[in-house]
Amino acid sequence: MYTTVLSILHRASGLYLSACALLFVGWMLAAALGPEAYACAQAFFASLPMRIVLALALAAFWYHLLAGIRHLAWDAGFGFEKHAARRSGRLMFVLAAAAFAATLVFTPAGRYVAGFP
Amino acid sequence: MTSKQGRASGHWRNQRLTSIALIPLCLWFLAVLTSQPSLDHAVVAAWFAQPLQAALAALLGAALLWHSMQGLQVVLEDYVRGRLLGFLLALLRAAHVAAALALGCAIWMLARGGAA
Repeated sequence: MYTTVLSILHRASGLYLSACALLFVGWMLAAALGPEAYACAQAFFASLPMRIVLALALAAFWYHLLAGIRHLAWDAGFGFEKHAARRSGRLMFVLAAAAFAATLVFTPAGRYVAGFP
Repeated sequence: MTSKQGRASGHWRNQRLTSIALIPLCLWFLAVLTSQPSLDHAVVAAWFAQPLQAALAALLGAALLWHSMQGLQVVLEDYVRGRLLGFLLALLRAAHVAAALALGCAIWMLARGGAA
């Protein structure tokens, strides 16, 4: 994996997650406002476009989390050599994909987002 | 710190602080979301009515919005120059303060047992 591509992906996933933070705030507000407001929010999040948005948010979350940990390791002085960076990039990408798939398939909330019964 | 360099390194350090704080907080929140039998209103309201869970949600919200602002600020500073940058940064700050207030109200209401 080229480190520049991964770096741009880190930034892009961060931008996307910032936008999704507003959805989180909206969801918490709906929950605080009561069952009627929450039912509206649930119907909104259950729509196909929103389920795609949420699935992408889940992917962006795992990617940004693992890529962020890799950046923190670099800041602490570990793994900055070219070979180590390439290798950790590959590992991080595979782990993020696996964590994304596992959350989507094996957890109730993930199955809801993915539309599995 | 008053020097420009001091501000920049302070910003860099704060961004690391929120990154590190968000690792356990986000994993906690994902665990909450994915471990509930359903995400019906009763379940969610009962969860955040617990003082510890409401406090963790408040910590997550604060760290998340602060981290979001730090990240977006760095992106803006990379691509925008001059007076437009100042305007967009002010807009960014206002949006995050508004989101933090809304979230704070929501958590407060949930902690007190819902809208009343």
